[in-house]
Amino acid sequence: MKKIIQSLIILSFLAANFYGSAFAATVKIATEGAYAPYNFKDAAGNLVGFEVDLAKMLCEKAKLKCEIVEQPWDGIIPSLVAKKYDAIMAGMSITAERQKTISFSRSYSTEPLRFAVLKSNSLAKMDVASKYLSLPKLDSGEKKSIMEIKKAMQGKVVGVQTSTTHEAFMKKYLPEIALKSYDTMDNMLLDLEAKRIDAGFTAISSIKPAMEKNNTIMEVGPSVTGGILGQGVGVGLRKEDTDLRNKFSSAIESMMKDGSLQKLSVKWFGFDTAPRN
Amino acid sequence: MDFELIYTAFPKILGGLDKTIILALASLSIGIILAVIIALAELSRYSIIKNVAKGYVYLFRSTPLLIQIFLIYYGSGQFHNFLDSIGLWMFFKDAWFCAILALSLNTGAYTSQIIRGAIETVPFGSIEAAYAIGMTKLKAFTRIIFPIAIRIALPAYGNEVILMVKSTSLASTITIMEITGVSKKIIAMTYQPIEVFMIAGFIYLMLNFILTQLMVILERYLMRHTY
Amino acid sequence: MDLSLLGWGNSGWLDEFSIGMVMTFSVSIVAFIISLFFGVVFANFKLSSYRSLRIFGNVYTTVLRGIPELLVIYLFFFGGGALLRSIASALFGYDGYIDLPVFIIGALCIGLSSGAYSTEVIRGAILSVRKGQLEAAYSVGMSRRQVAIRILFPQAARYALPGLGNIWQFVLKDTSLISIVGFVEIIRVATLGAGSTKQPFLFYFIALLLFLFLAWISQRVFYRIEAWSKKGEKSLQ
Repeated sequence: MKKIIQSLIILSFLAANFYGSAFAATVKIATEGAYAPYNFKDAAGNLVGFEVDLAKMLCEKAKLKCEIVEQPWDGIIPSLVAKKYDAIMAGMSITAERQKTISFSRSYSTEPLRFAVLKSNSLAKMDVASKYLSLPKLDSGEKKSIMEIKKAMQGKVVGVQTSTTHEAFMKKYLPEIALKSYDTMDNMLLDLEAKRIDAGFTAISSIKPAMEKNNTIMEVGPSVTGGILGQGVGVGLRKEDTDLRNKFSSAIESMMKDGSLQKLSVKWFGFDTAPRN
Repeated sequence: MDFELIYTAFPKILGGLDKTIILALASLSIGIILAVIIALAELSRYSIIKNVAKGYVYLFRSTPLLIQIFLIYYGSGQFHNFLDSIGLWMFFKDAWFCAILALSLNTGAYTSQIIRGAIETVPFGSIEAAYAIGMTKLKAFTRIIFPIAIRIALPAYGNEVILMVKSTSLASTITIMEITGVSKKIIAMTYQPIEVFMIAGFIYLMLNFILTQLMVILERYLMRHTY
Repeated sequence: MDLSLLGWGNSGWLDEFSIGMVMTFSVSIVAFIISLFFGVVFANFKLSSYRSLRIFGNVYTTVLRGIPELLVIYLFFFGGGALLRSIASALFGYDGYIDLPVFIIGALCIGLSSGAYSTEVIRGAILSVRKGQLEAAYSVGMSRRQVAIRILFPQAARYALPGLGNIWQFVLKDTSLISIVGFVEIIRVATLGAGSTKQPFLFYFIALLLFLFLAWISQRVFYRIEAWSKKGEKSLQ
């Protein structure tokens, strides 16, 4: 019995070891699979989306052998630090807060956030003077717009995905408004359509496909960028993996130059989200 | 061990305690009423009533609570127009309503079996005696069978109460920030699960300890004539 | 309602659901075995003549019966890997990534939680084996080991069967909680399908039916086993 237990322990360590290092040569890229159109699952159960295609193209350019793995959003950063995989491509914005723990490649997608509402909701007629809010420094007109949003949203409930820049923005700039946090974007959109929340605050790339599927959804309010929302979406990497970071960054640069990044984003988002610089 | 985290996270997690208690109390109270009705229906002479009750119990005891919650919350969302037209959406719209509904239906099914079992084990002699001194069926039930059954059921019901307190943690999956919901959020932000787990675990254990003591006191009170 | 969603293959979700059901079943089996293991170990602790072991056994059952399974899953899912890695680096100086697959973590969590209930079932079963039986076995010269294997275990197993049947059902349902940390079983498939097709009712309803089916099958199997286990019992009929 003792021997059996001993060998079981050794075996399990070996197995765990194997599980961790068998693919040491491949770069493992984690994605969430519930953030369409960045990454989601089709009916065949396959991971698809902008980032899935992009990952393949980047790896090809950088001559890396890659494998895409699925990881729920909660815990996606600690698992990277713990070396469960080597990179994150999951619609993750580059923010100062996250850069305390991990590093990022240059951005491969930038896009503003807006409110998604149902056309039948009174918020659909929300009238805000500024078309854009560029964080973090707001001019007087933009400050006035924040007040306008606050007024229009009094008594309303806004949904966000938990632990996102979207949530951080709502808490910092519109703390008076009731907030509901969802584990996935999918669930938030289900509740928006079911009228459990009055608005969802999210990237326009999430709103557009929802609008296509359901023509009662629309986007309202100013397009918000910068500051607390980060500097676009990038590949998340461990701080010490500078070599891998440079490879990803230059692959993104080259895809920006030859226009393939723009093309790919139009394919998935219907508009160009490629960074301008 | 990060004591600073424990110090800062403790009040935050404790802030979810009231929600946990409300969820548990509300669903236990509704659940027990439901359970008595179901138990009586199961003992009914009419086979339709009996079978409906049996089907309900089977459905809720054989499927995970998580799916019952998802089906009631997200499933109802798919029919919000219909539910709105019959005036029910104002209830289903609320995550609290859905959570309490699911928890009540669930505990109702389990508790009904505890009560039915207890009613069936009431000694037949005491029922006969009640009839013999001329009690009506209703009187015999309310004065003899039910009080005895409650005493028999109490220990098993105590376990069900603890299980329900644990089950309230599933409300966190439909946006209610009770103890487990708050804890998960802090874990996702700080990546220090052990400290957070210790705080939340401590709160649950304390809560369950108090409930167990209350059950013991109740049991003693009800058994005071036994010896 | 679009029934083509329920087809097999690339456009339908039926194949995903089938895989989900296999995963639910297999993770339940592993969790159940772990649960039995903990049950036997801690039941023996609780019946031990050493006070420290008894206390240890009581702490285990009190804590795990009082803390939500979901919380245990979060602890292991977010913290298990870190713990394992710190052990590995302390013992072997290994600093690469090691973590157990979600399957194992999930089975371990459910096994650990339900093990507290198994402990009580097994302890009760051992206690209901009549003392005279054991005394008789010793008196015919059996060793402690022989008594345990030939007398105690077969009888205790029979007494424990109905309780263990309940634990199995409990484990089967509890594995649904691992879906929350991303393990692809029945409910996870339903959640993904609900999000992607915007038909949550349809998908969760199918998941409900699949669980009903698994529960029904298990019930029948346990009924058979119970009947078989009783065939050696004396009966008056």
